[in-house]
Amino acid sequence: MPTDLSKILRKKRNDILELWMKQQLQDEGLREDLISNVELREQSEELLDVLLKTLTAENLTHAHSDDFEPVIEILSGISISRAKQGFSPRETGVYIFSLKDALLSILQAELKDNFQDLFQLTLGLNKLIDHFSVNTFETFIKGREEVILRQTDEIAEISTPVIRVWDNILALPIIGTLDSSRTQVVMENLLQEIVDTGSSIAILDISGVPAVDSLVAQHLIKTVSATRLMGAECIISGIRPEIAQTVVHLGIDLSNIVTKATLSSALRHAFTMLQLEVKKVTFKEK
Amino acid sequence: MDRIPILRMGPFLLVTIQTDLYDRLALSLEADLVQMVSKTGARGVLIDISAQSIVDSFMGRIIGNIASMCKILDAETVVVGMQPAVAITLIELGLELKGVYTALNVERGMELLQSKITLPTEDTEEEE
Repeated sequence: MPTDLSKILRKKRNDILELWMKQQLQDEGLREDLISNVELREQSEELLDVLLKTLTAENLTHAHSDDFEPVIEILSGISISRAKQGFSPRETGVYIFSLKDALLSILQAELKDNFQDLFQLTLGLNKLIDHFSVNTFETFIKGREEVILRQTDEIAEISTPVIRVWDNILALPIIGTLDSSRTQVVMENLLQEIVDTGSSIAILDISGVPAVDSLVAQHLIKTVSATRLMGAECIISGIRPEIAQTVVHLGIDLSNIVTKATLSSALRHAFTMLQLEVKKVTFKEK
Repeated sequence: MDRIPILRMGPFLLVTIQTDLYDRLALSLEADLVQMVSKTGARGVLIDISAQSIVDSFMGRIIGNIASMCKILDAETVVVGMQPAVAITLIELGLELKGVYTALNVERGMELLQSKITLPTEDTEEEE
């Protein structure tokens, strides 16, 4: 009759927890700034309890067994939240591996007379925890990707504000490279704002665009054409000398589009189009 | 079959498309409109498509065709009230509606038409 691992571990639950916590707290990489000791203890306790509850003599060698669903779930939760809190992958990995160390040292102490079983169970436990670690890494990366994706969305959203600079004049400073998906966002925002405000002139300021290649130029022309279809005029401003050079070298035809070097000259042009005049007023004392 | 009403407003024709413009309806609109321009000697055509939420390449072409035909008959075409989604679709389809004037709404469209066309009646009145 082989020794039942789950029974030993359940009996020694408190010892394992203490040992695990000790190891975690001793670790130099402990991030007390990100997680408090109490919180860490609660987290570890929950994970250990669920693991001990699901672990049986049968499923020890079946790491992919459905029995471990709850353990995987908790681990995923921990690693996703750690990813969002800004833990490094190493710190998250050490968390899981230190559990293995604790489990194995308890096991070793319990079965020091029975080498056959110790060897078998250590091997099984090793495999199981490794499986969990791989899972943790996967979810950790997934969590990080979610963070990056959210940030990308936010950048796309906030980097294309539509500003009303004057009655009937909108300005849209573009910061960062224009790709297809951003062009779509820019166009949608701009056209909707034209409808909402009834503006007739839009100034597209590209001083924040690092480089203009033929694709970016094509996107710009698309945006200008769409604005025209809505019945508004579009001026492109903020064209730096390097960009003018590349545009001409690439043979891009911008002759149908009103282009200006600075936002102020574009605004002046817009005023002329709307037959507005800005005057300096000198106040005379009475 | 449905017909899209063509209203006469002085020297201009006003077309407001309120229903889905399916292909046969678009073709009959094209024919009717050209007939009407020639019959009334209209100088401008204003097409309001603010109710259109979907536009396909066929309709884009019809609008382009109407503009070219009217141009031959000495009338300017202004398309007004295009929805943002429609504008984006047309651009993505590569239809820029060259030769068609556009305006944000009917009011602006009328102003645009009036500015584009020197009306002969006003000139004669001034001469008198």
